Amino acid sequence: MAATSLYELANPVRFERIAARAFPVSLIAAALLGAFGLYFALFNSPADYQQGETVRIMYVHVPAAWMAMFCYSAMAISSIAGFVWKHPLADVAAKETAPIGAAFTFLALFTGSLWGKPMWGAWWAWDARLTSVLILFFLYLGYMALWRAIPDKTRAAKLAAILAIVGFVNVPIIKFSVDWWNSLHQPASVLRAGGPSIHADMLTPLFFTIGAYVFGYVALLLASMRNELMARRLARMESASAPSPASLVER
Amino acid sequence: MSAFFAIIARDVALAFRAGGGALQAVSFFALTIVLFALAVGPDLALMSDIAAPVLWTSALLATLISLEQVYRPDREDGSLDVLAETSDVLALTAFAKATAHWISTGLLLTAATPILALLFNIEGPALWPLLLSLLIGAPGLSLIGSFAAALTAALPRAGLLIAIIVSPLYAPILIFGAGAASAGAAGDPQYGANLALLGASSLFAAIFSPLASAAALRFNLD
Repeated sequence: MAATSLYELANPVRFERIAARAFPVSLIAAALLGAFGLYFALFNSPADYQQGETVRIMYVHVPAAWMAMFCYSAMAISSIAGFVWKHPLADVAAKETAPIGAAFTFLALFTGSLWGKPMWGAWWAWDARLTSVLILFFLYLGYMALWRAIPDKTRAAKLAAILAIVGFVNVPIIKFSVDWWNSLHQPASVLRAGGPSIHADMLTPLFFTIGAYVFGYVALLLASMRNELMARRLARMESASAPSPASLVER
Repeated sequence: MSAFFAIIARDVALAFRAGGGALQAVSFFALTIVLFALAVGPDLALMSDIAAPVLWTSALLATLISLEQVYRPDREDGSLDVLAETSDVLALTAFAKATAHWISTGLLLTAATPILALLFNIEGPALWPLLLSLLIGAPGLSLIGSFAAALTAALPRAGLLIAIIVSPLYAPILIFGAGAASAGAAGDPQYGANLALLGASSLFAAIFSPLASAAALRFNLD
């Protein structure tokens, strides 16, 4: 049954029909969850006894960092599906996930930096976690650069899929090496390992904002996938209606 | 197996002939060190302290600029198609190409290091951690780098794209390599652990990079 529904989703025409309905639903869900999340985050949650009001940055920062990892995994899994089962929709999903994932990664770095200035006194610290997220951002950029560089879309899909899979295998190794690098060069980390466990009042807004980010990702992905499919159809129609070089010669 | 060594011999010979990149890479390696020194200032003691990271970064950059030569010329003159058609295991061919690249750049850079290390006032036994780390790590740089070269083999100007793709993947080798060289120079007990992890990274690349390169090459043939 699960296999059947997956194959049904893989049909571009059926995808278009389902996506047209799922897009507004996920957009509304993201907006509602985001509104609830921001209300709880800004007005209805306690300030931290150490971090004060700046703890509220966490409610937009933590989900962004999670989505950065989630999107890379989604991209790699779509790439495997596109590579093994050769379905163009999986390739489109991987391609369109990359800029969204890169945006989440940038958002995580940016909000982390905003939080770091009052907390650490600097916009940046060469902390292990920050550094590996920065490298993840560059992995996204490399993937997107490869897609843009190859004019033939079928070839670009295959090669980008290989890069995404190689990158995905390397993410844990890079993470380990950066942790190692950090412990080698820095005597004490700024972030405390095993900090105070989070209070339930702070979990409520976090729960809502995570939901908003997930549905936001789904809405953005569906919109950009439909965009890409329409652009390809348009390109096909244009190349079909344009006079071929052969017909020009005949005249 | 004779084909394996024939590919290595051919690529190394091409790299050392006119238009080959081998001597350019070593020159670039030496020049990067001079540029670092010009930026840091004429403080020999300070240069001696940062010898390991500077030499390692320079070696990485010199490897990076020569990567475009691994597959693109062969793709352009059609010999890549011949190589792919005549090889039983394309991954083995990719492994031979990466090995040839290591011999004509990585090994050459390692051989030049004892002379260039004098610019940092490093000689005698202090040289060993540096040499050992380059000897173990440079093959990893060539292996991972040749994968990016395989991905972009069909693109006319891929130098910068290769650098963007491969730099994040180089993070572990640079960390363990420069870490081993620094720790060895300082007499740090983590020297051995760094070397072991560097060896593990190179071995991991030796297994997976030829497979990934072969997969990429299949889509870059005519």
